[in-house]
Amino acid sequence: MEQIQEDKGKVWFGRGMRDGIPIGMGYFAVSFTLGIAAKKAGFSALQASVMSATMLASAGQFAAIQLITSGAGFVEMVMTQIVVNLRYLLMSSALSQKVRRDKPFFHRFLMAYGVTDEVFGISAAAPGRLHPAYMYGAVTMAAPGWVLGTLCGAVVGMILPARVMSALNVALYGMFMAVVIPPSRKSRIIAGVVVVSMAASAAFSLIPGLRQVPSGFQMMILTVLVAGAAAALFPVKAEEA
Amino acid sequence: MEEKQIWLGMLVMAATLYMVRALPLTLLKKEIRSTFIRSFLYYVPYVSLSVMTFPAILSATGSLVSAAAGFAAAVVLAWVDGNLFRVSLGACGAVFVTELVMEFLV
Repeated sequence: MEQIQEDKGKVWFGRGMRDGIPIGMGYFAVSFTLGIAAKKAGFSALQASVMSATMLASAGQFAAIQLITSGAGFVEMVMTQIVVNLRYLLMSSALSQKVRRDKPFFHRFLMAYGVTDEVFGISAAAPGRLHPAYMYGAVTMAAPGWVLGTLCGAVVGMILPARVMSALNVALYGMFMAVVIPPSRKSRIIAGVVVVSMAASAAFSLIPGLRQVPSGFQMMILTVLVAGAAAALFPVKAEEA
Repeated sequence: MEEKQIWLGMLVMAATLYMVRALPLTLLKKEIRSTFIRSFLYYVPYVSLSVMTFPAILSATGSLVSAAAGFAAAVVLAWVDGNLFRVSLGACGAVFVTELVMEFLV
């Protein structure tokens, strides 16, 4: 009896909601700065919210605002989004192996929407094969936090004191560091990759000629070069990658 | 900036992003075998997030000093704690306090 209960979609949905609550709370705070950034760049509150609802991606939206503001072409937009979000290819690949095979195929199209760093993290850590309902539960908690935070940032952000806004500008960068630094602590190779990436990026921003390359392409070039070199020099064993 | 340009750009990028998320999940039924591709994808998040953060973070706040303080706080907090929310908040706090102190000193 217990076993049958365990397996129900409703039960998995509830578990996903429970695990998604802290994600939604964290998203609210972080996306607040995205709302501010979008507003500053000339987006309306509605546009900022729609962007958050359709993209659900910090780095991707951050880049999107920069690209739209700088008047980038569609090719640069597409290429940049692919590069900035390349990690989702890997996460989506991993989930494709973990998702339950007895569920209808259309679930994979819906699950794809929720592939973010954090939702992927808890989904990959869920015991056994992944029930789509678990991911749906997590997304129903995480996505509203993301969209509401963006909306509040866009509406209220401008009336916050300049010093508070200045401080909130580093929230996203802080989040990125929280993704790359903890693994650097465990692996010297990753630590080296992080340091080399930052140094190379600094070089790109200083050296005349390279400095004029649009930021989206800069990141794409650097990512392909540094990640490619790291993969060639330090191949990862199958069970780690 | 034109209204239409914003919506168009958003549409293009949201569609691209969805494809990135949906293609492997729907097309990939077998495991990736190439060690190089697996390794490359493994390193991609570390490189792209690092490149995005530095040196851009140094010009994100009111002054270079407060930005550097925020960056240092983020790295140290991520090292000792690693919680997304707390690291993010701690970096903001460091910037806030630094700018407060600077105003007091100047």
